[in-house]
Amino acid sequence: MMLLLHNIGMKEVVVLANENNVKHENTRDIKDILKNYSHEQRHSLAILQEVQKEYSYISPDHLQTISYYLRVPVAEIFSIATFYKALSLDKKGKIIIKVCDGTACHIRGSETVLNECKRALNIDVGETTPDGLFSLEVVNCVGSCAIAPVMVCDNEFHGKLQSGQVAPIITQAKEEAEVHE
Amino acid sequence: MNREILVCCDTGCLVNGAQAVLDELRHDAIGMDVSIKPYVKNVGCNGLCEKGPIVTILPDNITYYKVKPSDAADILESLGNKAVDRLLYKDKEGTPVLSRKDHPFYATQHKIALRNTGIIDPGSIEDFLSRGGYEGLKKALTMTQDQVIAEVEKSGLRGRGGGGFPTGKKWRSCQQVSSDQKYMLCNGDEGDPGAFMDRSLMEGDPHSVLEGLIIGAFAIGASKGILYIRDEYDLALRDVQKAIDEARKMGYLGENILNSGFNFDCEIVRGGGAFVCGESSALMSSIEGKVGEPRVKYIRSVEKGLFEKPTVLNNVETLANIPYILLHGGDEYAKLGTEGSKGTKVFSLVGKVERTGLVEVPMGVTLRELVFDIGGGIAGGGRFKAVQTGGPSGGCIPESLMDLKIDFDSLKESGSMMGSGGIIVMDEATCMVDLARYYVKFLSGESCGKCTPCREGLRCMLEILTRICEGKGTLRDLDLLEELAYTATQASLCELGKTAANPVLSTLKYFRDEYEEHINNKHCPAGACKELITFRILPEKCKGCGICAKACPAQCIDGVLKSPYEIRALDCIKCGTCKEKCPFDAIVTE
Repeated sequence: MMLLLHNIGMKEVVVLANENNVKHENTRDIKDILKNYSHEQRHSLAILQEVQKEYSYISPDHLQTISYYLRVPVAEIFSIATFYKALSLDKKGKIIIKVCDGTACHIRGSETVLNECKRALNIDVGETTPDGLFSLEVVNCVGSCAIAPVMVCDNEFHGKLQSGQVAPIITQAKEEAEVHE
Repeated sequence: MNREILVCCDTGCLVNGAQAVLDELRHDAIGMDVSIKPYVKNVGCNGLCEKGPIVTILPDNITYYKVKPSDAADILESLGNKAVDRLLYKDKEGTPVLSRKDHPFYATQHKIALRNTGIIDPGSIEDFLSRGGYEGLKKALTMTQDQVIAEVEKSGLRGRGGGGFPTGKKWRSCQQVSSDQKYMLCNGDEGDPGAFMDRSLMEGDPHSVLEGLIIGAFAIGASKGILYIRDEYDLALRDVQKAIDEARKMGYLGENILNSGFNFDCEIVRGGGAFVCGESSALMSSIEGKVGEPRVKYIRSVEKGLFEKPTVLNNVETLANIPYILLHGGDEYAKLGTEGSKGTKVFSLVGKVERTGLVEVPMGVTLRELVFDIGGGIAGGGRFKAVQTGGPSGGCIPESLMDLKIDFDSLKESGSMMGSGGIIVMDEATCMVDLARYYVKFLSGESCGKCTPCREGLRCMLEILTRICEGKGTLRDLDLLEELAYTATQASLCELGKTAANPVLSTLKYFRDEYEEHINNKHCPAGACKELITFRILPEKCKGCGICAKACPAQCIDGVLKSPYEIRALDCIKCGTCKEKCPFDAIVTE
């Protein structure tokens, strides 16, 4: 099967795979991502990262398309997609909240920050809110240990957090997201 | 007289609002008197991130801490006059300290790897060149490969990523292998929680790292280089990419570098957020586009590494030292440090310490000097308990060993390790069992799953430690922990598994009584294990202000104003909010 597919021209395969893809609004086609890379296995992680960024998850179709493009078995692409923390097979929310649980944050009370996030969002770690706006993650260290405990909301760092400060940050992010819509 | 105003714009200071300070200073400086001509620029990490945003005035050598945008006008006005007192550091007697040299945090530091960080604009190659940048490379290109390696060997530089392998020796063995293609790699996948020296270096002085990489490539004869950088380090990725582009434009990268006939170019590969990818063979496998699993190293990577070609992998901090060694000579570098560990080391001093941040000191300083003199002791007046070094693979060092001189060998003897240089200070409110559980949880999540003792052993250890933290452990569990730890140490393939038991073993060695207290008396002495503590309001201290009841997210504090409140223990989620908010310290954990 793989061999057969490899024999078809690359363009056709990409088109084939795309027909099954759900079209996302405001997103680039996966073809536009792939064209920047040569057909070498070493690009697999970079491509997956870019797909993750664009679609906020990696779909089975993406895995297939990347597998054909790089001429690497889909099982191997799957194993990479599930090995690295930066990649996800489930759709992530628009805004990702990362609570740092590095050692410095841990002993300065990251658990309290995390619990406040859970309460404010009403979801557990690794989950996404029903409206698809927020995902909650715990990360191991964002390298801002001097201002522990830290959380990152939509790529914005918030340091030296105390109880009661988390909910307002989330509320503000929510309001801003609504304004943009 | 021209003055430079340096605004620290590293991640730490940015969180504290450095961008607004920079913008305000730039905006206000436009209308300034022409005779003063201040030049406002953004620089990398100054180390003392906690007191940021930090602004330094040169050449007066005045450093301001915790600057707000509204202070901009006063700072500009003070140029050439009296410094702005309220923004200066005050010593114990309350006397303001102008220069950083007199600040206890900076006074005993000796900066080699961080020589430019916090002084130059990381986005400007001209700024780097004005501080002697790429001079080391120029000198190296006039030497032979052997001479360059000999200089590095003379310096006694050992790998700063944690392994401590002599850099010169690594280069020498790779240089001796003949191959049509060799690779020079930089490990910027700083995964140790609690360490951020590599991030600060890449963000504050990317060209020094790049220069070290080019010199290394020249010494071993590599024409291709890759910098493997953590995906989470957004700013570092941007700064290093910019540095590569500028260096290429100026002829420090590419074909025929500085007309020497030497060709070398490099690119960035972004890591995928896996701790194990900091291990050399896993890192290479990740660059090859595979799952980042370590391999057996019966053939070393200097012979067959990336894409089966001879490869040298050096840590960011190691590479940042190289240009200095070339420029000033290996002997000069070897003057600092101890017998087995030469030069300086950057440490990230974090946790419950008064002054958290990045410090660079000569090898051989004692832990006590680091924590109490530079770090200023325990934050909030608590009692010192232990320091944790070496990240998740390291161990805890108790107070009795605080006079230990820090170098690669002494730390190993104490049951910990140097690691990449994270020093995490803990006070009496840190539970050592919980800490061991934290590290084991981290490592079991990061285990790649290849070897059973690491994959399954860590999971069992986590179960046991969780049991102990919940007060359900038995003394038999401690023996089981030691047994599992021994197996993981002996039977795992890579260093992650081999050292994974260190946090457990070292806490068991020095803090066994805490484990026993959890098991025998179902009591957590530090008051950190949620299952074993209850929050209570002391009626004699409670003034009945109601702040706690308002703040309680579980709404389980009852009472009427001006009379003592009470916590409904059954509904309490033990979040600790009330204790933090109480202005009268009336809430205790038992």
